[in-house]
Amino acid sequence: MDIPYTVENRPDTGIYNAKLGIWLFLASEVMLFGGLFSAYILLRVGADPGMWPHGWLDVRLGTINTLLLALSAITTLLAWAACKVRDFGKFKFFHACTILLALAFLGIKSYEYHDKWIHYEIQLANGKFADGHLVEKSADFDLAKKTGTFTIHGRIVDNRKELMDLRSPEARSAKLEEHIIAAADIKKMENYGPKHNTFTAIYFTLTGLHALHILGGTLVIFYLWAFGGTLWQRDPERFTNRIEVSGLFWHFVDLVWIFLFPVLYLT
Amino acid sequence: MEATVQQFPPFREPEAHPGHDDHGQHEHHEPGFWSKYIFSTDHKVIGIQYGFTALCFMQFGFFLMMLMRWQIAHPGVPVPAIGPLLEKILGAPAAGGAISPDLYNSFGAMHGTIMVFLGVVPLAFAAFGNYVVPLMIGAPDMTFPRINMASYHAFFLGGVVMLVSFFIPGGAAQAGWTSYSPLATTIPTNGQAFWLIGMVLLITSSLLGAVNFIATIIQLRAPGMTWMRLPFFVWAQFVTAFILLLAFPPLEAAGVLQLMDNLAHTSFFLPTGLAVGGQLADRSGGGSPLLWQHLFWFLGHPEVYVLILPAMGIVAEVIANNTRKPLWGYKSLVYSVLFVGFLSFIVWAHHMYLTGMGQKIATFFQATTMIISIPSVIILTCMFLSLWGGSIRINTPMLFALGFLPMFGIGGLTGLPLGLAASDLYLHDTYYIIAHFHYVVAPGTIFALFAGVYFWFPKMTGRKMNEFWGRVHFWCSLVFMNLVFMPMFAQGIKGMLRRMSDGAVNYSAARVPNAIDALPGTVMELNQWILWAAIALGIAQIPFIVNLFWSIGHGEKVTSDNPWEATTLDWQTPTPPPHGNFAHAPHVVRGPYEYSAPGHATDFTPQDEAESPAAPITPTAHH
Repeated sequence: MDIPYTVENRPDTGIYNAKLGIWLFLASEVMLFGGLFSAYILLRVGADPGMWPHGWLDVRLGTINTLLLALSAITTLLAWAACKVRDFGKFKFFHACTILLALAFLGIKSYEYHDKWIHYEIQLANGKFADGHLVEKSADFDLAKKTGTFTIHGRIVDNRKELMDLRSPEARSAKLEEHIIAAADIKKMENYGPKHNTFTAIYFTLTGLHALHILGGTLVIFYLWAFGGTLWQRDPERFTNRIEVSGLFWHFVDLVWIFLFPVLYLT
Repeated sequence: MEATVQQFPPFREPEAHPGHDDHGQHEHHEPGFWSKYIFSTDHKVIGIQYGFTALCFMQFGFFLMMLMRWQIAHPGVPVPAIGPLLEKILGAPAAGGAISPDLYNSFGAMHGTIMVFLGVVPLAFAAFGNYVVPLMIGAPDMTFPRINMASYHAFFLGGVVMLVSFFIPGGAAQAGWTSYSPLATTIPTNGQAFWLIGMVLLITSSLLGAVNFIATIIQLRAPGMTWMRLPFFVWAQFVTAFILLLAFPPLEAAGVLQLMDNLAHTSFFLPTGLAVGGQLADRSGGGSPLLWQHLFWFLGHPEVYVLILPAMGIVAEVIANNTRKPLWGYKSLVYSVLFVGFLSFIVWAHHMYLTGMGQKIATFFQATTMIISIPSVIILTCMFLSLWGGSIRINTPMLFALGFLPMFGIGGLTGLPLGLAASDLYLHDTYYIIAHFHYVVAPGTIFALFAGVYFWFPKMTGRKMNEFWGRVHFWCSLVFMNLVFMPMFAQGIKGMLRRMSDGAVNYSAARVPNAIDALPGTVMELNQWILWAAIALGIAQIPFIVNLFWSIGHGEKVTSDNPWEATTLDWQTPTPPPHGNFAHAPHVVRGPYEYSAPGHATDFTPQDEAESPAAPITPTAHH
């Protein structure tokens, strides 16, 4: 038994099965990310005045990542075009670039995650707020026993609101320096993980889900790149279709980032 | 449209030959048990897998309901017979064999979840859709057979996760099948996390299924099977698949967010200043409980149409077949179902009138809700009118289909007061709404599903189910279904709230005699009646279960591949259909319901029967 239109287009619909399938899948992905972006909008609109963070993310790194994905979109297209003209060597080259670009993206993303993970907001006993990146903590540091010290590189502010808008002139001109904080002075401390506030929560969720998509797409492309040779020998048209379908997914994932970047980094 | 017929290359001839034996042509690689029944990629096997699993889950969901009904009628009294067993399995929550309030909440949440996501949807959409849709459109299989298999496996795994959650410390999810935050996050059990992970698996499963169905219906229609020649069942499944494809992902998004709330302690759905157990919760706050409700009901309401549209499709097929005349208003049915599918995406907030989301929004959703009743009524009216002037064959599938019409009618009409904000304010969260949606789903959808089981059983097995016991099953189910759900309207109108583990005893006139809105003794008494009706309803299903299994081996054998003398392609296959389905590639030349065509020798003309037996069919012969 053969299923028709797995490789060739059906005449009246003008499409082969897998291409239709991936477009339908992408439609559902639009709804998935659409739901999450709606959540972002509602949370942001509903935030208390002055409490939605601005400028917490590094625009330079975000820009580099945007360029990496844009480049990978081009190499993906070129890899498919190489298959179309039956040039397997070129295909190998272009999709190797795609995979490397994707890995570079994930590397930068991990660095950004790490940067948030070691970034602490510390509520001090005197009512002030210390905020900065962990430099070191003493060996005997224990919050419960109130022993030891915690060193951060950052600043100390009077009001938590001052930490929210890092694009403001005050925040830009603030001097960052090392502060050694004794455990006894700490009322509460928390890193910039997902639970810190709704911004970090939606930031980690959105970019995390996107990163999972990048990872999944990379795995598929790597599989086709590394083990596609036999199918290429047997049925190059079918292989080319697979490259096209995985490429469509990859373009979608890139497109999601094009929305994520301004929404999270620039506003 | 006709011209497209000649553009098709001929189907690659399946290696099957005509005959009832589906083993003959596979001698060279007879698949073993595992590849034949567990890792099968054949749409018919997957359909049966879905059907069997879903029926088991429905049985289990029913069982949970019986325990809850006992608790409602006899709050705190140990469950007779199985109480000790419950205590042994579940431990403290069932101490002394009685159902604790926490356990009652678990049962309530899981009854809803299991019935909707593990019972009715898999049976209506996945089981019947998988088995019947490729046959009806003349396809050899689904477009993506392996994705189809993955879909079933994801579904099964999701079901396992749901069941396992009963046995973790704290028990299964307790926040209702709607899992409203912040309740869902603050209840001290990981059952909610299991629920969410289970839901993500189920959503994945239905996503894979939906993609497969849509692609199959678009791509694998047999030559000549134009859109307006599709049986109504296929249209219903097509629209259902689109609803699943587009409405489920936002719930998946919501599920991911709630999972973050539960496991990573974020505050997506938790408001600022949330207090739990009298203490300020250690949460950043800033989230929105309403957001969950919006995302949930964005799926939740289209889900209602996922439950009902395949059922309508089944009923349409059974009615056309047994009235021996074309469906009345086929095109109206098709356009109505498309319109319902579209509108179902913009009615969701009628579940949220009481949340204080605002009058203007309520007005908008009230309007769309009233509008969506129009195509639903058109569909039901077309089915009623189809009966007019037919010489109706009464058999078990037809009885269930006929039973569906008034039962779904009751369910639909009692929904109108709930769709209007003013009356919903009073009826919201009472037993009235329980009665309303159970009328839609239980004697509505589930009756249609029974009709489908009795109707397609001969195609699946080559034997008919027993007619006498089928009728016993129908009449008893009809009577007891109504005895279970009709009293709930009265209870709800009197103000009895749902989700109360004590069956509202605390609000009864016996307990609080001076309260003006206390529930009178008659309302409380109904709890007893409903319990006994539910038990009787359970007993009424025994003939069905026995009939189903007994008939596989001992039912009356069918003498033709088309025992109901139907027109659609699913009956023009060998029985049971072999791998690849059709003995000859079907060429469709006419619409789906050519019954009693004047001048034809029989009172049915199959969709692929050649125009005139003398002239061999060429693609243009019928122009």
